[in-house]
Amino acid sequence: MKKSLFDQGYLDEQFYQLEELQDEVSPNFVEEVVTLFFRDSTRLVTNIDQALEKRPQDFRKLDACMHQLKVSASSIGAAKMKNECTSFKEFCGKESLEGCIRSFQKLKKEHSTLRTKLENYFQLLRQVGPVEKAVRSGK
Amino acid sequence: MAVDAGAQFHVLAVDDSLMDRKLIERLLKTSSYQVTTVDSGSKALEFLGLREDHSPDHHEMEVNLVITDYCMPGMTGYDLLKKIKESSSLKDIPVVIMSSENVPSRINRCLEEGAEEFFLKPVQLSDVKRLRPHLLKGKSKDQQLQEEGKEVDSNTNAIISTSNNNNKSKKRKAMDEEIAPVRTRLRFSTGSLTIV
Repeated sequence: MKKSLFDQGYLDEQFYQLEELQDEVSPNFVEEVVTLFFRDSTRLVTNIDQALEKRPQDFRKLDACMHQLKVSASSIGAAKMKNECTSFKEFCGKESLEGCIRSFQKLKKEHSTLRTKLENYFQLLRQVGPVEKAVRSGK
Repeated sequence: MAVDAGAQFHVLAVDDSLMDRKLIERLLKTSSYQVTTVDSGSKALEFLGLREDHSPDHHEMEVNLVITDYCMPGMTGYDLLKKIKESSSLKDIPVVIMSSENVPSRINRCLEEGAEEFFLKPVQLSDVKRLRPHLLKGKSKDQQLQEEGKEVDSNTNAIISTSNNNNKSKKRKAMDEEIAPVRTRLRFSTGSLTIV
């Protein structure tokens, strides 16, 4: 499943780096970081949504918010999201509101798709994890 | 016992983002550093200030390096850097700045103020590896001061005692070496006996 996430471009090398940092001392490190990411990113997405509705447009502020989101996405290896953030920033640079709105729609989709895929991924990891768990669940 | 080449270094990490704190903490711990994280510059200064009052017994809690985010509400990483460098007791602690933005003027300002390194986020393990020389430099500087018999403040006084102990053990080692071969031989014979 992880392979498909990489093949389809949702995740990049950075995600592997995070998994390398996980060990017996911090067995849930990756999931914890990803959870924190979605907590932060959801807040940022809401902020950007609100900022986009303001008139006149403050492209500098939009760019700054999106930059934060981009760096967070980079931290967990969320490649598609990161690319969409770059697109959005480019539209900010051109001061194209229409471009920003279109790009943002795509970004929100990527965001929720990634969240679902990663939730499934971690759930799967939990199921195939400890043998006892699998036996107990009786699935 | 083996010489503590990697003697536990204590790093203080400052970042207002929980996710980033978690990441930097993991990166530092993976590199075998002792880590304390705080979420603001003022809490960092508080923590550093407390270290000064500690009795020599607690010298192991001394902070060997501060790594801080640049963009933080209230006191920025730059402000924190300045305060540390302006403090007579803290100025020798190496400070590293992290930032999500690649702004050359910002980077230069920090380096000019005394920051050792400027890392761009997301921080990688390879960045954390670059901390070691700064940490080792700090330790050897303290040892140099002791050898020169210079006066050091209460914080590093503790190190003098540690260093002296090391010196004593070094002397002991030298003496031991003369006797060691004999002991080793005995050990070997005992060992072989046990094996048989």
